[in-house]
Amino acid sequence: MPLSVQETEIKNPPVSRPPLDPHLKALENEAIHIFREVAAEFENPVMLYSIGKDSSVLLHLARKAFFPGRVPFPLLHVDTTWKFKEMIAFRDKVAEDYDLDLVVHSNVRGRQENITPFTHGSSFYTDVMKTEALRQALDAGGYDAAFGGARRDEEASRAKERIYSFRTPDHKWDPRNQRPELWNVYNGMIRKGESVRAFPLSNWTEVDIWRYIQAENIPLVPLYYAAERPYVERDGMMILAEDERLELLPGEEIKHGSIRFRTLGCFPLTGAIRSTASNLEEVIAELEIATVSERQGRAIDRDQSGSMEKKKREGYF
Amino acid sequence: MSVTATSTAASATILPFAESAAKITRDVRPLRLITCGSVDDGKSTLIGRLLWDTKAVKEDQAVTLARDSGGQNDLGLPDFALLLDGLQAEREQGITIDVAYRYFSTEKRSFIVADTPGHEQYTRNMATGASTADLAILLADARVGLLEQTRRHATIASLMGIRQFVLAVNKFDLVNYDREIFDRISHEFREFALSLGVRQITAIPMSALKGENVVYPATSTMPWYEGPTLVDALELATTRSTQTGGFRLPVQRVSRPGESFRGYQGTVAGGSIKPGDSVVILPSGTIANVKQIVTFDLVRNAAVAGDAITLVLDRQVDVARGDVIASLDGQPMTGVSFEAQMVALQPGGIEPGKRYWLKSGSRRQRVAVEPISQLDLQSGSWAPHASGLDMNAIGKVRLSFEEQAVFDTYEQNRSTGAFILIDPDTLNTVAGGMITAKRGELGGIRRGEPVQGDRVILSLPADLAELLMATDAFAARRDDVDIRRVSGAEAAQILTSGDKDR
Repeated sequence: MPLSVQETEIKNPPVSRPPLDPHLKALENEAIHIFREVAAEFENPVMLYSIGKDSSVLLHLARKAFFPGRVPFPLLHVDTTWKFKEMIAFRDKVAEDYDLDLVVHSNVRGRQENITPFTHGSSFYTDVMKTEALRQALDAGGYDAAFGGARRDEEASRAKERIYSFRTPDHKWDPRNQRPELWNVYNGMIRKGESVRAFPLSNWTEVDIWRYIQAENIPLVPLYYAAERPYVERDGMMILAEDERLELLPGEEIKHGSIRFRTLGCFPLTGAIRSTASNLEEVIAELEIATVSERQGRAIDRDQSGSMEKKKREGYF
Repeated sequence: MSVTATSTAASATILPFAESAAKITRDVRPLRLITCGSVDDGKSTLIGRLLWDTKAVKEDQAVTLARDSGGQNDLGLPDFALLLDGLQAEREQGITIDVAYRYFSTEKRSFIVADTPGHEQYTRNMATGASTADLAILLADARVGLLEQTRRHATIASLMGIRQFVLAVNKFDLVNYDREIFDRISHEFREFALSLGVRQITAIPMSALKGENVVYPATSTMPWYEGPTLVDALELATTRSTQTGGFRLPVQRVSRPGESFRGYQGTVAGGSIKPGDSVVILPSGTIANVKQIVTFDLVRNAAVAGDAITLVLDRQVDVARGDVIASLDGQPMTGVSFEAQMVALQPGGIEPGKRYWLKSGSRRQRVAVEPISQLDLQSGSWAPHASGLDMNAIGKVRLSFEEQAVFDTYEQNRSTGAFILIDPDTLNTVAGGMITAKRGELGGIRRGEPVQGDRVILSLPADLAELLMATDAFAARRDDVDIRRVSGAEAAQILTSGDKDR
């Protein structure tokens, strides 16, 4: 193409695709606007990258927002060390392919004290390996803004989250005292030590995410697609039995079946669903008739009603 | 205009709805709407019903609901209020204290609902939800009709630029589906909405609890009603479009990935653009031509309002974040003094003379605010006001800048006419505002310093008044004009006494 754009080095140049439908286009435009606004207003932004489908969409939008330039901030992955192995492989490939600055952080204290989801329960484990680890990583990087892929349709307390979500120096969220947010005019003024979590996907629903992945041909961790996989049934969840650290409890046995995941987190805390949807079209078809929400597979939300709000107040993303 | 032909219940729609629907190819962008009403009007039940009947609520969420509420209502439905009130603090208090966003979709369209509390002290939350909304659903209880609160909500919604109203006359099952009640309430509402300059009005009799006329029509209980269900009306509504006005690109970022490339990144806030078009950079006034429109999906031959783009110009010019790139024809206003309407959002209110930060688009600059008048939400009239604005107050203010500012009126452009105020001490967002005019060049019927209460009074026969109020010209001037319905003899008398006063 005879463009000045061509003169800048671009890995994985974009390919021409049919235009997005107006609904997805509107959501995409809004997300790009938020990315650019945060990148311009804050000194040291970072993007939280969890390797899941929402993160994959978020990353794709970031690349679009800053094209033909590079993504002008690093990606931060908080590695609990209990992620699915396929996730880690995918993460490293993405960082390489798209020429990204990737920062990986694990909670050293948690590892030394050998805090695991099996020995300490999902709630305590999450506090240490996710919430505390995230705070450590944000403090270490001195980031004043962090992009996240949270959506308002995910969970009741998220419905009131702002697009710029203000955090105190110790990363606390005060849902009673949020800044009003009018039009698409965002208030990015903060004091030293304070920070903002920015959510470009606030107005997306799960179906939007999948349709966009399809329309834009965004690569995903293969665990989202059904395949014959080994699993163990525990506490009403199907847990992937691939990692040698998974110890079978009395009475448990490894089964095999066609399963997939609607969300990806730490493998001991993430339940699979029975499915034969082995490609995007089938996953979307399955989703449209689904009668349970995606977070149903997450042990962390089921501890108690309001558990997500509590975690968020404490600094969980 | 079918304005005069509307007392039949056959069409509860006031505007020529069928005509506008036929003209517009179906709009499939997500419709943003706001729901206004209180717990007593059945708002939670209505939204819950929308989510439930469009299958936006999943089984596990319903189970959590049933567990939390410990039961169901007599129709076997979960307690919707629990589903909606996301924060524990709210559940404990039993009230909704903040704006929450809900999502549902039909086969035809998706919807983003800003769910705002009905209590009077939360005007600020309503203003927040209304700022992005294309349509407002106003709830009324069929047993009590329009309340002061309904009028207040309608006033705020119209002030924030919402031009489509749906009046949901709820709890119709409790008034024996009486058509006369519907006719009376919808007529009263229509008159009020017209006085606010809102002309797209749909009134729907419904029972949210029983799901009648929400998603499914109530042909058996209300055979006399032939208008749309709530969802029908929402599917037909239009999203706001500023594609017709002049081109506006508030520059968010300058992209310089290499020496040879310089692009201006932002979201088109109005109009459209194509390569070769001439543009002006404001406030500097520099002129250039568009060389190309770059997006990730290759180079485009045009961009329209709403598109997030990167614009490349044909020459080296000085463009920075906060500048506005605009079409040469139909430029926005540039100046240091403007008039605006404003909603005060924080307990501290707005202090006259204090220097605030103002952010509009991507531009942030210092401004001093001087309140001129305040809206009395009870009467709908503007009262002179010299001191500050308290929280939840809506005022007309004068803005004085230290440097050139660039605006359109909010009436013309809901992006480049809108702004927020940030308190330099707390850094909190303390007001949302809408530009009404540039000062010094106030055209139209006002001259010189506007004096409060200085409105043109038009005394007209009732039928003429109705016609006039339904026009665009009146909608644009409704703050300047007071319409009184009088007889011809009365009008003559007013004229005579008016002459004597001079």
